[in-house]
Amino acid sequence: MQIYLPIAEVSVNAFLLLGLGGLVGILSGMFGVGGGFLMTPLLFFIGIPPAVAVATEANQIVASSFSGVLAHLRRKTVDLRMGTVLLIGGLVGAALGVVVFNYLKSLGQVDLLVKLCYVVFLGIIGGMMFVESLRAIRNTRSGKAPKRKKHNWVHGLPFKMRFRTSGLYISVIPPLIVGVCVGILAAIMGVGGGFIMVPAMIYLLGMPTKVVVGTSLFQIIFVTGFTTMLHATTNYTVDVALAVLLLIGGVVGAQVGTRIGTRMKAEQLRILLAMMVLAVCAKLALDLLIMPSELYSIGAVGGH
Amino acid sequence: MLRLVLILCLAALPLKAEEVVLGLSADEVAITATFDGSELLVFGAVKREAPIPDEPLEVIVAIAGPSVPLTVRRKEKKLGIWVNTDAVEVKEAPSFYAVATTGPLKEVLAQIEDLRHRITIPKAIRLVGASPHVSNPQSFSQAVIRIRKKNNTYQLLEGGVVLDQQTLFRTSIKLPSNLTEGAYATRIFLTRNGYVVSQYETTIDVRKVGLERWLYNLSREQPMLYGLMSLAIAIAAGWGAAAAFQFLRRG
Repeated sequence: MQIYLPIAEVSVNAFLLLGLGGLVGILSGMFGVGGGFLMTPLLFFIGIPPAVAVATEANQIVASSFSGVLAHLRRKTVDLRMGTVLLIGGLVGAALGVVVFNYLKSLGQVDLLVKLCYVVFLGIIGGMMFVESLRAIRNTRSGKAPKRKKHNWVHGLPFKMRFRTSGLYISVIPPLIVGVCVGILAAIMGVGGGFIMVPAMIYLLGMPTKVVVGTSLFQIIFVTGFTTMLHATTNYTVDVALAVLLLIGGVVGAQVGTRIGTRMKAEQLRILLAMMVLAVCAKLALDLLIMPSELYSIGAVGGH
Repeated sequence: MLRLVLILCLAALPLKAEEVVLGLSADEVAITATFDGSELLVFGAVKREAPIPDEPLEVIVAIAGPSVPLTVRRKEKKLGIWVNTDAVEVKEAPSFYAVATTGPLKEVLAQIEDLRHRITIPKAIRLVGASPHVSNPQSFSQAVIRIRKKNNTYQLLEGGVVLDQQTLFRTSIKLPSNLTEGAYATRIFLTRNGYVVSQYETTIDVRKVGLERWLYNLSREQPMLYGLMSLAIAIAAGWGAAAAFQFLRRG
């Protein structure tokens, strides 16, 4: 069934969109990532204009993350306090990121920078997670107890706060810094930042994996909600019809994903996420290295 | 008195030897939510008051969508990776362009007439003066044509017009599903020996209707409201799915 999208001005298959939404929704529920870094390239691929794809994607992530958070809230695996601290940092970072983005845009080549950012960050994060989870799996097999609670410099900082759900008593400075950094990157790269936030929470803040997913989704709702409003009011590129089709698939997928996620071991979850991140990274790197079949591209005037 | 003179003057002008009488299967294309492209039938007759000349008559039908400026970028390999380097602004490029003719373009239309009336696809695109350090600026407009021909927004249908008895002609043009809104200029040229002997112009209105129209207007006129509506839908859908699954699990 073909549907004509009023803002994107293209006609696409409705079932294809439902399917894509569902697939990305499952990943979102399982790993606590918004799925923007997967969905946006897929939307480009089926012919949605990039500007519309990025803006609408943000709207769809609001829906799937909200659906996911509700499922996690019921399981009490959302650290609201930690989420709020991260969110405050995130919004500050997003504002900074927009400034950085506009500066780079004035220099040109912002496209390239975004892609390089993706490749570098996805590569580092994916690689680190992959190695770490492999080691963790090997350790549990050989019967060694995992040592999670390390006492390092992070615990020496002032402004300590108790995060009961995460079982942490740490300073608010590291989560704030993580929030700001992720916010900056999210604004530059045009994504919710879940795939950076999740590893940062696990490895830098030492939060338990089960809590990480829900908490990440919690703060993604606000970041992407903010982005949606920004795009809708400045660029007029949010396509409600496209968003509805994607999010119907997405919210159902998120519910399914959350259930799959709770049945799996934390290490398995992390290694799967690592593999997915590495796969996307490899795809983007290949795009930069292999000669494209069409050297020319058409864009709107003034767009990037 | 003046009016009478004017009328007399007009009457004194020589009548065009051949004129187009046109019919369209639709002079309005409505884009609905389930719009999936459309087939446009252009047909007509040649009205003439003198006997048919010896040289064969040819017909060219050209339909152009609204023109918009574009930026075309070219990738180059720098430091081992492919990056956008040169960019050229195309001043005008129709969002849709279809040319249908009775025969091969080269035989049907003289070069000079093409320049005058801007009929073929390359002539319909206007490059703005590219900056001097961009090598081969022509390749940019060629790229626009190549890319758009591939997704059927630019079509060249040589032999696509059927002409009966030098009088009746018809052609059908497929409008793709990724159509943009606007007035589509439709021009019909009659040529002999490659020279235009008569031309006719009309427009086809392509419009979004119903829900499409409403959403589009809302997004432009009330962007704040539109954004909030999008968010409300997202939150409602997220909550609805969570509630439904909860219900399913209990039941």
